Amino acid sequence: MAMTYSEKVRDHFANPRNVGTLEDADGVGEVGNAVCGDIMKMYLKIDDGIITDAKFNTFGCGAAIATSSMATEMIKGKPIEEAEQLTNQAVVEALDGLPPVKIHCSVLAEEAIKAALDDYRSRKRDEIVHD
Amino acid sequence: MGMGKYVYMDQAATTKISERALGAMMPCFTEAFGNPSSLHEAGRDAEAVVEQARARIAACFHAEPSEIYFTSGGSEADNWAIRQGAALGAKKGKKHLISSAFEHHAVLHTLEALKKEGFEVTLLPVHENGLVRPEELKAAIREDTALVTVMYVNNEVGTIQPVEELGRICRESGVLFHTDAVQAAGHLLIDVKEQNIDMLSISAHKFHGPKGVGALYVRKGVALGNLIFGGGQERGKRAGTENVPAIAGMATALEESLENREEKNARTRAMQRKLLEAVRKIPCTRLNGDEERRVAGNLNFCFEGIEGESLLLYLDLDGICASSGSACTSGSLEPSHVLLALGLPAEIAHGSLRLSFDETNSEADADLVLEKLPEVVARLRSMSPVWKEKEDREEREREKPF
Ligand SMILES: Cc1ncc(COP(=O)(O)O)c(C=O)c1O
Ligand SMILES: [Zn+2]
Repeated sequence: MAMTYSEKVRDHFANPRNVGTLEDADGVGEVGNAVCGDIMKMYLKIDDGIITDAKFNTFGCGAAIATSSMATEMIKGKPIEEAEQLTNQAVVEALDGLPPVKIHCSVLAEEAIKAALDDYRSRKRDEIVHD
Repeated sequence: MGMGKYVYMDQAATTKISERALGAMMPCFTEAFGNPSSLHEAGRDAEAVVEQARARIAACFHAEPSEIYFTSGGSEADNWAIRQGAALGAKKGKKHLISSAFEHHAVLHTLEALKKEGFEVTLLPVHENGLVRPEELKAAIREDTALVTVMYVNNEVGTIQPVEELGRICRESGVLFHTDAVQAAGHLLIDVKEQNIDMLSISAHKFHGPKGVGALYVRKGVALGNLIFGGGQERGKRAGTENVPAIAGMATALEESLENREEKNARTRAMQRKLLEAVRKIPCTRLNGDEERRVAGNLNFCFEGIEGESLLLYLDLDGICASSGSACTSGSLEPSHVLLALGLPAEIAHGSLRLSFDETNSEADADLVLEKLPEVVARLRSMSPVWKEKEDREEREREKPF
């Protein structure tokens, strides 16, 4: 019953890309809860509608760390409209699959990006109101 | 496969077969290969192996050979004892069963199944230290209690239950007492008579014997019904052609594990102390389970802000095999039921590490763990939002004006 992760997952898990925080982030999203195991926090830097930098902090299993890493790679340099379309299936495919019991962990990455973009938009709205 | 190029600190999951046990098995494949039920010489040779093994195993527990029944392992022995122990009670209208909250799933899931069949189950608390309290067992026993089953040593936290006392309470109340001794056999001295044990389960692969073989001790006079029907093996109680090589291997492994037990135990204890003292220095680390009343080869820690699976994967990358909770539940997403039973909040129970070791582990093994573990914990904490939040909170506290 040992769970086997693909080479890609193992690589992204062993050498996660974009780990960290962004002090001057334009959008921050946190999803998940510790009771089910995984928590993901996503930091985005956005310039002119383009995601110029993305960093994450994750508390979770190997699949959660690997999907965080892959998802940040996939949205960096992309317009926010495109990043918003990123699905967990796309992240899983890019990682050459995940064991079935771990699919739910990949949903977190998609949700974290959406939450960070929501945060970005609400900050924008606040700016407009205050101007 | 990088066979053997790792440090194995997961002896509670399973062990490598000893050379002596393997040596005892080999002739059973090639020479004593007969069917023990056959009348001819080949059959008699195989039967002799099985009966000698039965006597040798019985001697290790101060039991009679006729009280030992071979099974396919610990799970079958547990299922058999509990199902048929419950059935014995039900015949007399007793449909109440008592166990503990942190049993192995072989016990807990059997109890769940019996619940659906109309039995009532009381699970005794194991408290923060992972120990059942005899007075709480006494209070839980009722007129209609059919069976008490409490494990000897817990597989995750290694705590040793007060089996003799629990057995005495059951004996005095006329209630059948079973103990899952899978993690105790080969490590602790067990005397079924002195310890008032009616039924006891063991599994060979936990003491350097082969996998897929175990035994159930059933005290003479307990008329246990069958779990498996068929031929007349095991005095009509458990059908199926005997796994002769595995049975021979189990007997040898058990004897071997009890030879020089004190000396091996002292070595393992020393390794436990060394690991414990050093791992404790990692901040926000807790030892799970009683520090004193635990087997020499178990340590179980929680590291705040860290999830267990990623901890295991990073240790694996560093060539260290360990475990987070029981190997049987690694496919599930739930935090360990054992740690929850100890009262740990779910988010902390997710970050547990079980190191299990014995005399086959070297000082170098322990040194590698002590070199890598603090690095891995620090690395995972550096990417953990839970840990960051805790640090930020503590920072704010410090900056608060008085
Ligand atoms: C306490 C306990 N009981 C029962 C079992 C099951 O034994 P087996 O694997 O031989 O079926 C195990 C092994 O995981 C165990 O640790
Ligand atoms: Zn996960």
